[in-house]
Amino acid sequence: MSAGSAARVSALVFAAAMLQTVIVSSLVLGGGAPDLLLVVVICLGLRLGSVPGAIFGFAGGLVVDFLTLDTLGITSLVLTLAGFWAGRYAETTGRGRRLAPLVAVGAITVLAGVFGFVLHYMLGDDVVARHALVTALAPALVGNLLLALPVHALVRATVHESEVSETTREVEVVV
Amino acid sequence: MTVRRIPTTQLGSRGAGALRRRLAVGVLVLLSLVLISLSFRSGDDGPLTGVQSAGSTVLRPFAVGFERVAQPFRDAYGWVDSLFGARSDAERLRAEVQELRQRAIQSEFALQENDYLRRLLRYLDGPRFPSEFESVAAEVIGRPPGAFAQAIVIAAGSRNGVRVNDPVVTADGLVGLVTYVTLGTARIQLLTDQEAAVSAVDLRSSAPGIVLHARGTRETLVFDRVRKQEVIRVGDEIVTAGWRAGSLSSLYPKGIPIGEVTSVGQTDTDLFQQVQIDPYVDFGSLDAVLVLVPAERRR
Repeated sequence: MSAGSAARVSALVFAAAMLQTVIVSSLVLGGGAPDLLLVVVICLGLRLGSVPGAIFGFAGGLVVDFLTLDTLGITSLVLTLAGFWAGRYAETTGRGRRLAPLVAVGAITVLAGVFGFVLHYMLGDDVVARHALVTALAPALVGNLLLALPVHALVRATVHESEVSETTREVEVVV
Repeated sequence: MTVRRIPTTQLGSRGAGALRRRLAVGVLVLLSLVLISLSFRSGDDGPLTGVQSAGSTVLRPFAVGFERVAQPFRDAYGWVDSLFGARSDAERLRAEVQELRQRAIQSEFALQENDYLRRLLRYLDGPRFPSEFESVAAEVIGRPPGAFAQAIVIAAGSRNGVRVNDPVVTADGLVGLVTYVTLGTARIQLLTDQEAAVSAVDLRSSAPGIVLHARGTRETLVFDRVRKQEVIRVGDEIVTAGWRAGSLSSLYPKGIPIGEVTSVGQTDTDLFQQVQIDPYVDFGSLDAVLVLVPAERRR
């Protein structure tokens, strides 16, 4: 990844973290709000792979934790794993599939919601499971799915095709 | 049967690439866990407090900038949204103005009588709102994502006189309490947070109770611990109680509006009534708030 591309992606993650904290979190419809930063991190994971996905997820999460004065590391941990999972999906079976962004965003939004709930529960936060896993998660899932394709297109425009390395020796058997 | 190469990144599932990948994500996960542990265990005066305060201060101008850019769009959305309910709102407000005009005249008489009797009795009371507080107006610059915390971050901190446990209001009513302060920012726990609780009274019947967040909802409150013999009616106003016991007093001053009773119920098995409140404050569209700072601190 070139320095220019890294700078562009960093700016994208920073802007997404800012937009998420300042605006998107307040766009509550039906009990939940979309998570723009999560969608950006997933799309970066799909485009760049598991390690850059995890790194940008960690950095974006840290910005959110600093801005919201929340327990440091919580959002970083969730987004690190989200970026990593998205990257692994792309590295194994997902890349090149037209619906990969929707599949990844849908699955990882649910997993991140459940993981976030478990994490907060373990830290002793008073969180109601029905609210966190149904009332808030369902509208967030719909919002994230609506954002998936436009954000993926934006990430594709930010990270050029030449930046996506394809040097693996892995093969798949098609019957 | 055909065999084709999968176009993927240079980090395959086996060998040195896989090791590098696992090492990288392992380090990031470990770093996150260390941050969580330090931040969670150390509380408000731990080793990470300074780091978080510095980080928040550095990011504050960006957050304020984004907020300013977003404001016109937010206003436009609010304007369009308000158009749909404008007609019914106008009729409701006309009726409300008539009722409030009559109540204002009655309240003025009661106030004069109250002042006179207080002077006669040399009555000692807890801090009162708004006369014994000065307000620090602050812009809302952030909200945590997800359903796990009902909080906002404002662009005012310790250098503006804000301290932990200062109450926060808007023109509509009570918003919450300051729970974390840095130099230029502060985190406010909203009344709709699962861990928030305020001692309150019914303004009409003076029935005491505690306002809590209704579990499993986003913005509904309940007026809990109200004894069955108290008479609560739909439409009653609930305000902060602002109690004082010796040197101890409530964090919230007396008389801040919280909400209006929307339903009252009770069962044979419950010890208390089940009272639901619709808060006056719209917690989803907070743009700016007032932090109430005791007047004596500002002197």
